[in-house]
Amino acid sequence: MGLFDRHAQLLDFYRGVQASGADPIGVTMERVLSPTEAIINGKRTLLVGTNNYFGLTFDPACIEAAVEATKAEGTGTTGSRILNGSYTDHTDLERELADFYGMKHCMVFTTGYQANLGLISTLVGEGDYLIIDADSHASIYDACKQTQATIIRFKHNDPASLEARLRRLDKEKGNKLVVVEGIYSMLGDTAPLKEFVAVTKRHGAYIMVDEAHSLGALGEHGRGLVEEVGVLDEVDFVVGTFSKTLGAIGGFAVSNHDGFDVLRLATRAYMFTASLPPSIVASVRAALRVVRARPELKTKLWANVATLYDGLAAAGFTLGPQHGPVVAVQLPDLPTAIALWRALLDEGVYVNIAGLQATPGGVPLMRCSLSAAHSKAQLEQVVDTFVRLGTSFGLLKPLKRAAVG
Amino acid sequence: MRASHKFKVYEFADEAMSDAPSVSRDEVRADICRRLDPFRTDARPITGATVITKDLNIDSLAVMDMVMELEDTYDISIPLNVVAEIHTVDELTDTVLKIRGER
Repeated sequence: MGLFDRHAQLLDFYRGVQASGADPIGVTMERVLSPTEAIINGKRTLLVGTNNYFGLTFDPACIEAAVEATKAEGTGTTGSRILNGSYTDHTDLERELADFYGMKHCMVFTTGYQANLGLISTLVGEGDYLIIDADSHASIYDACKQTQATIIRFKHNDPASLEARLRRLDKEKGNKLVVVEGIYSMLGDTAPLKEFVAVTKRHGAYIMVDEAHSLGALGEHGRGLVEEVGVLDEVDFVVGTFSKTLGAIGGFAVSNHDGFDVLRLATRAYMFTASLPPSIVASVRAALRVVRARPELKTKLWANVATLYDGLAAAGFTLGPQHGPVVAVQLPDLPTAIALWRALLDEGVYVNIAGLQATPGGVPLMRCSLSAAHSKAQLEQVVDTFVRLGTSFGLLKPLKRAAVG
Repeated sequence: MRASHKFKVYEFADEAMSDAPSVSRDEVRADICRRLDPFRTDARPITGATVITKDLNIDSLAVMDMVMELEDTYDISIPLNVVAEIHTVDELTDTVLKIRGER
């Protein structure tokens, strides 16, 4: 058996996708024009699948900060913080993030994936318990493989399911860490976090909240679901990413626990990779200032969410359970999803197809993500295109007369 | 033994733990076979020797979801680390019984 043979089935599967005329993984943005438009296949295309929630990738202040930092400090750090040391900008960013959350400690990682992978796998070890939501992101599942802790899964967004599992572990001595997400990346649904925190505390466990998709989008100051539901001072760890609302790349974790900094000596995903380059740190710091200074971006984002979600719902599409910066259109099967995805792209609308990898319940999705930078006209165009194609694909469920759009 | 059972266990936690009725190996195996039935690839019935991820059209996510249901039905913890080592229906059956016995 050759090295690549174990993936033969996967390759066959993907060749089947390509044979149907679509190549979702092969999309090349020939030129990115703005947070909402790019040239794809030579055609001006609306971007509705890039997690660019505040549209800050082209924010003049963020760009300027990145350019200045590159000129002043160079293109990269060429090493890890434990060997090459930290730049002042790294420690400034950590201080600013800790301050943003009102927490004592912050660690910055080179990607959000590494933040979850490193932190979760280092916090719990042999004899401990890691209790995760069934619909957790791949970075959380991958962390499970890197720890000796015992892994237990609970039903997605179900506090009773979590409580049953914690109760069964009540007599166990090890530490218990519960991991949930603020907004789930596939269906855009929000965790019942207040309930999760209460259950967790009742059973003496720790709780970590991944705010990757909720930073900026939720909470009066954009701190995420922890702020929105008022549990910021009750959660043990908040992790997040710089690659969505903050428009760059990188990850972070904040905590009030004394002793948190020992993780810098123990977290391999932090220790054995190069630190973020000056340009990224600078643009993230600038983006964080934008989040603080311009709450109207959050308002605009949610107005855009309403335009897309309500427009698609009124037309009879089956969507995720609630408004969210991610709006997911549920489709009956993968071939339909692939064909619709391709047709949308041909019509100049880029969204994500979810279903080639795992999705909740195995339901294929057209995953749309909104941006404050989208105009209402752009989103109306997206709705129109979806409705036109959805009609020709026979995807729209008949609406009851009483139903409100 | 069905989904609603878990709420009963959840509400009357301590009593349920001590008064949990014993189940036989045949009952647990039959329960697992019933849960796996939708994933059969042909007319052959599912038996104790069925290799779950090989003989059936089921992905690892669906296996983990079924395990979650078993946890609630039998009021036990079945860690994912343990699931990874299980191949056949009989192995899963014995795991359920073993963990239940240790409780």
